[in-house]
Amino acid sequence: MNIVVCVKQTPDTAAIVTVEDGVVSWGDAPVVLNPWDEYAVEEALRIKEAHGGEITAISLGPEDAKEALKQALAMGCDQAILISDPVFAGADTLVVSKILAASIDKIEGTDLVIFGRASVDSDTGVTGPQVARRLGWPALSLVAAISSLDPEGKTIAVERMLDEGRQLVSSPLPAVVSVVKEINEPRYPSFMGIRKASRAEIPLWTAAELGLDEISDPAVMWPDIMAPPKIETEVEMIEGETPEEIAARLVDRLMEEKVI
Amino acid sequence: MANKILVYIDHFAGQVVPASWEAVGVGTSLAEELGGDVVAVVLGHEVEEFAQNAIQFGAGGVLVGDAPELKDYRPEPFASVLSQLAAEAEVLLFPTTSRTRELAGMVAVDLETGVIPDVVAFEIKDGSVLATRPIYAGKLLTKVVCSEKRPQILTLRGRAFPKPEPDPGRSGEITPIEMELGEITTEVTGYSESKVGVSLTDAAIIVSGGRGVSNNPQLSPPAEITDESEQEIWRAQQGFALVGELAQVLGAAMGASRAAVDAGYIPYEHQVGQTGKVVSPDLYIACGISGAIQHLAGMRTSKTIVAINRDSEAPIFKLARFGIVGDLFDLLPPLTQAFKDRLGS
Repeated sequence: MNIVVCVKQTPDTAAIVTVEDGVVSWGDAPVVLNPWDEYAVEEALRIKEAHGGEITAISLGPEDAKEALKQALAMGCDQAILISDPVFAGADTLVVSKILAASIDKIEGTDLVIFGRASVDSDTGVTGPQVARRLGWPALSLVAAISSLDPEGKTIAVERMLDEGRQLVSSPLPAVVSVVKEINEPRYPSFMGIRKASRAEIPLWTAAELGLDEISDPAVMWPDIMAPPKIETEVEMIEGETPEEIAARLVDRLMEEKVI
Repeated sequence: MANKILVYIDHFAGQVVPASWEAVGVGTSLAEELGGDVVAVVLGHEVEEFAQNAIQFGAGGVLVGDAPELKDYRPEPFASVLSQLAAEAEVLLFPTTSRTRELAGMVAVDLETGVIPDVVAFEIKDGSVLATRPIYAGKLLTKVVCSEKRPQILTLRGRAFPKPEPDPGRSGEITPIEMELGEITTEVTGYSESKVGVSLTDAAIIVSGGRGVSNNPQLSPPAEITDESEQEIWRAQQGFALVGELAQVLGAAMGASRAAVDAGYIPYEHQVGQTGKVVSPDLYIACGISGAIQHLAGMRTSKTIVAINRDSEAPIFKLARFGIVGDLFDLLPPLTQAFKDRLGS
C-alpha cells in the first residue's frame, strides 16, 4: 500500500488570530501540522503497520513551510516533499487541487491519498474531493473508520460520517479519503522520530518539475479579510437565594426578551 | 438571456435539509438583484415531493433527476449530473452540509470555476456575488468573489439566512431531466444508526456541557467501578444526563466542549468549536464550559448565550447575555423543571 498524505501547516488552534491591513497574524503562537491532518498521518501509519508500503507526506506552501512535514516525518512517514513555487501564491482550491493532483501523478504507484477533513485556517473542506475529481478516483470524504482494506484486491470499505449518521461505502482503489477526528487517536512523535525528522532532507518540487508550465489564475479572490464584528453584550448575572429562584428568574428573562 | 440561478436541494432519508429552503430564499434575492430565474435541482429516487416543496419556498421551476442509481447519495454521479445542469448557469447554490462541500468542489473542478464554501453573508458587486465566509473557525471573516468564471458556486451556512415562508398556492414547472451518470464504481452498503438526535447545525437551541459536568463530588460511583478514570466518566455521564434532560425539554441539540469530548465523556459528534461543529443557534446554554478560545470560535455567533459556571472569572461570561455563577448540578434540575412548567410540555 503506497499512501500519500496531504498536509498543511497552520497556526495552533489556541492562537489569537488578528488581522491588520489585510495581513493575518497569530502573534508568537507556533505553527503546527493542521490538527485534522494528524488523523490523516496516523491513519496512514496504521495502514502501513498492517499492510506494509511507503508513506509520502506532501505539503503545498511557501519555502519555509516545513513544520507540518517535519511533524509528519517525526510521527513516522517515510518521506516528505514540499511543493513550492512563487507562482503558486494566491492559489485557490481549484488551483491547489491541480497542483496536488500533478504531485500525486509524479509520485506514481499511489494506492490511497489521505487528507484531513479540512484545514483549520481556511476551512474549505473541498480540496480533498477536488483532488479526487482531478485524478478521476473515488472521493471518500469525512471517513470515521476504515472497516476493511484489501491491498491485493484493490478495494476499501469505509464509514463516512454524514450529519445524519454513518454511511457505509465500498470502493475500488486508488481512492482519495478525507478523515475526521473519530477515526483514531494520533500518536505523539517519538524522540527518535523527532531527531530523524530534524535531519531529514525535504526535497522541493516546483511548478516546472511538476510539468505545470502554466498555472491558471485562481477563480476566486479574497479582496478583504476582517475581524468579525465585536459582540456587544453586557452579561446580566442572574442571582437568587435558591437554585429554584435563579432558574425561575432566568426563564422569566429569556421569555421577556422573547428568546424562548 | 436570463441568468440562471440553480439551487441544489439537499436531502437524506426522505427529509430535505432545512437549509436548502434558506438557499432557495438566497436564490430569490440574487435573482432580484441580478435578474433571472431561480431553478431548484432535486436529484435522487422518488423525490418528486421535494420538487413541489421547492416551488412553495420560491423556486420558479424545478429540475428533477430521478434514477434508481441515485437512491443513495454518492458524490461522483451527483456531481456529474450537476455539472451538466450548471454549465450555463450564473450561480449554483448549495446549503452547507456533509454532502455538499464535496459536491460543490467537484462540480467546480468539472467546470473549472470557483467554489466559495460556508457563506454567511453576501452582497452584489460589479455583477458578481461578493460573499463573506468565516476563516480560522470564525476568528476572522473574509470576503470572497469569483469575478470572471461562471457559474459562481457557493455553499450557504445553515441558519445564516432567513427561511422563506412557504406559499402552498405557488405554481411552477417541474421538469424531469435526462442524465449522464458516468461510471459509478462505489457502492453504498448500508447505514449505521448512530443518530445524534437534533442536528447541531440545524438546531435553534443548543445545550452544551463541558469539563464541569464530571465535577460533582457529592455523587459516588457504584462500588464495582474502581478505576479512577472510569469513575470520572461515570460522573460525567450523570452530568450529561442533566444536560440531556434540559435539551429534551427545549427540543434542543446537545453539544459539548472539546475538553469533554477529549476526556471521553461524550462522542465527538457533539463537539462544538474550531475542531468540531461551528453553530449559531438562537439560544446557546453553556453548562460547565469555561470558554477556551477554540470553543468560543465555534459558538460566538449564537444569538443569545447563557453561561452556567462555578468560576465567575470564566471567559465564557464575556460572550454571555445571561450568566449564572453556580453549580450545574444544583441548577439544571430546577431549570429543566421551570422550562417544563412555563412551556407547558
